[in-house]
Amino acid sequence: MTTAIGKPGAGKPADNPGFLSKLLDSVYAIFTSRFLRRRFMFYLVAAFAAITLNFIIPRLMPGDPVQLLFARFQGKLDPRAFEAIKAQFGFVDGPLFEQYLLYLRSIVTLDFGPSIMGFPVPVFQVISSSLRWTLLLAGIASVMSYLIGTFLGVLAAWRRGGRIDTVLLPIASVIGAFPYFFVALLAVYILGFQLDIFPTSHAYDTAIRQDWRSTEFIWSVVYHMMLPLFTIIVTATGGWMLGMRNNMIGVLSQDYIVMAEAKGLADRRIMLMYAARNAILPSLTAFAMSFGFIIAGLLLTEIVFSYPGMGYTFLLAVNARDYPLIQGIYLMITAAVLLANFIADMSYVLLDPRAR
Amino acid sequence: MTENRAQSAGLLSGFWMSMPGWARSIIKNRKALTGLLILAFFFLVALLAPLLAPTAPQRMVGRPHDPPSEQYVFGTTRQGQDVFAQMVYGARGSLRVGFISGTVIIIIAVAVGLTAGFVGGATDEVLSLIANIFLVVGGLPLIIVMASMIERPGPDTVIIVLCLTSWAWGARVLRSQALSLRNSEFVEAARVSGEPTWRIIAVEILPNMTSLIVSAWIGSVLYAILVQAAYEFIGLGDPNSVTWGTILYWAQNNQALLTGAWWTFVPPGLAIAAVGLSLTLINYGIDEITNPRLSSS
Repeated sequence: MTTAIGKPGAGKPADNPGFLSKLLDSVYAIFTSRFLRRRFMFYLVAAFAAITLNFIIPRLMPGDPVQLLFARFQGKLDPRAFEAIKAQFGFVDGPLFEQYLLYLRSIVTLDFGPSIMGFPVPVFQVISSSLRWTLLLAGIASVMSYLIGTFLGVLAAWRRGGRIDTVLLPIASVIGAFPYFFVALLAVYILGFQLDIFPTSHAYDTAIRQDWRSTEFIWSVVYHMMLPLFTIIVTATGGWMLGMRNNMIGVLSQDYIVMAEAKGLADRRIMLMYAARNAILPSLTAFAMSFGFIIAGLLLTEIVFSYPGMGYTFLLAVNARDYPLIQGIYLMITAAVLLANFIADMSYVLLDPRAR
Repeated sequence: MTENRAQSAGLLSGFWMSMPGWARSIIKNRKALTGLLILAFFFLVALLAPLLAPTAPQRMVGRPHDPPSEQYVFGTTRQGQDVFAQMVYGARGSLRVGFISGTVIIIIAVAVGLTAGFVGGATDEVLSLIANIFLVVGGLPLIIVMASMIERPGPDTVIIVLCLTSWAWGARVLRSQALSLRNSEFVEAARVSGEPTWRIIAVEILPNMTSLIVSAWIGSVLYAILVQAAYEFIGLGDPNSVTWGTILYWAQNNQALLTGAWWTFVPPGLAIAAVGLSLTLINYGIDEITNPRLSSS
């Protein structure tokens, strides 16, 4: 505020609020939004549903669930460990409801039991070491493909029939029809094995000591991340581009755009502040939903790249029929998707005053 | 000669005029037509598989990992099977699962979406809640969890798993359309004139949702084909069936990348991509026909 007083002609303070008060406004908006409260409740219900599905699915499968789940491990495991795993899943003698409560208790305390594959390491520990790689990749890939795609979509709509609209958009859409893992296979084969430009597996050079403070290690992480990131960004950008273009075209025919043009505002200002700002709102909701798809695509991409994230661990767990690990990973992925959705909802509230 | 040509032109235009309006606008739309032609090609291949394939898909006919040659157009797999024969039969497996699952998915979606949108009230609340939950907790991870619990996957397991998990998106889209149609004047008029509810839904609402249902159907088929490929690529599918997904699975398992046997994974990948592209193009075409403002010309 002092700067506003210090500089004559800087406008009334009310028109020019400081960064801090803007921030406070935003925080206030997030906490008071009825929309966000409702969304939060919804995510709680959804999380509960996921947890319950996890409980029901093995019991709905034909045959005796305990037999089905654990027959393979009987004899291979120490009987006490076997009993411990069964108890973790609520497979104890007693009515179903009691089993369910027992199961809920272990989920709430993040105790998914020991992994069968890596017995006796707890599932939670196996997951947490792979979770950060997946979240790192998924976060960067989804934000980057969204930003690039949205920006190109704005340009395509603004210059209808231009080169971006008629050449780049069709190419991006064609690549968008490719399955993620096929693009990944091609990338590994061409850029990895044939041209030998990028590494073809792992998240970092295993010869280097894992130390997040050393530049050599971080560079190795970035280098190993290039191909998986490239795969996802190349495949996911087209969808955003087309969506944003079509939203923009809808917005550009609105009266207030004509009004802005009539007022003689600069083209760039109309494009970004008037049209794009409104056209981006519907795609933000889609962005939240897409996080689940990105994670799904990433699961497969990781498998192709032997990238030590959730997807690769998921595959190993499925191949070993490591049920505690499979269920733990499913719950963790769902939690990440729900969290991402909620973050997107919050940004929606910040961008659209009507949602406050 | 000229008379002949005029006659055939007359026949053609007669045929043209006898087609329903929607068929004409699809053929006139370049994107939709391209998509339809690509799709028709793969359907033809699937139908004629026994005639086109030189040998049974699972038979070992050549040396392992033979590159494409005159005898084996797409080369052979690690097991010495003819990749071309596998591709041709794989079209059957992949298209069959994709279209059956996509169709069942859209039937569930229409039933749920129309009921929720048209009945409203508590029914709508509950159905929408279930659909929204499936949107965030479903998807590939849930599919993997379900599939991993199945001891012996058969050729149709993937269809059942797909249908159970994938109807929510279509239901949500169709619900909001049904909701806005319910409050429109012509539906109001039908209700006032005493038409029964089933008739309002079947005669007034459904015809006005056709383009949306068709595009949601195509979207579901596309989703089913992509998820099926992913599902089989991970190794959850029936290992004895021949589909594009299982060809990719065996290619990855047999170190095709490392040994440079590109002919075992490029054809199935490209085929999936081409079918995916054709479905996307048809949907873009339908979008442009129903909303002419979107077309780039």
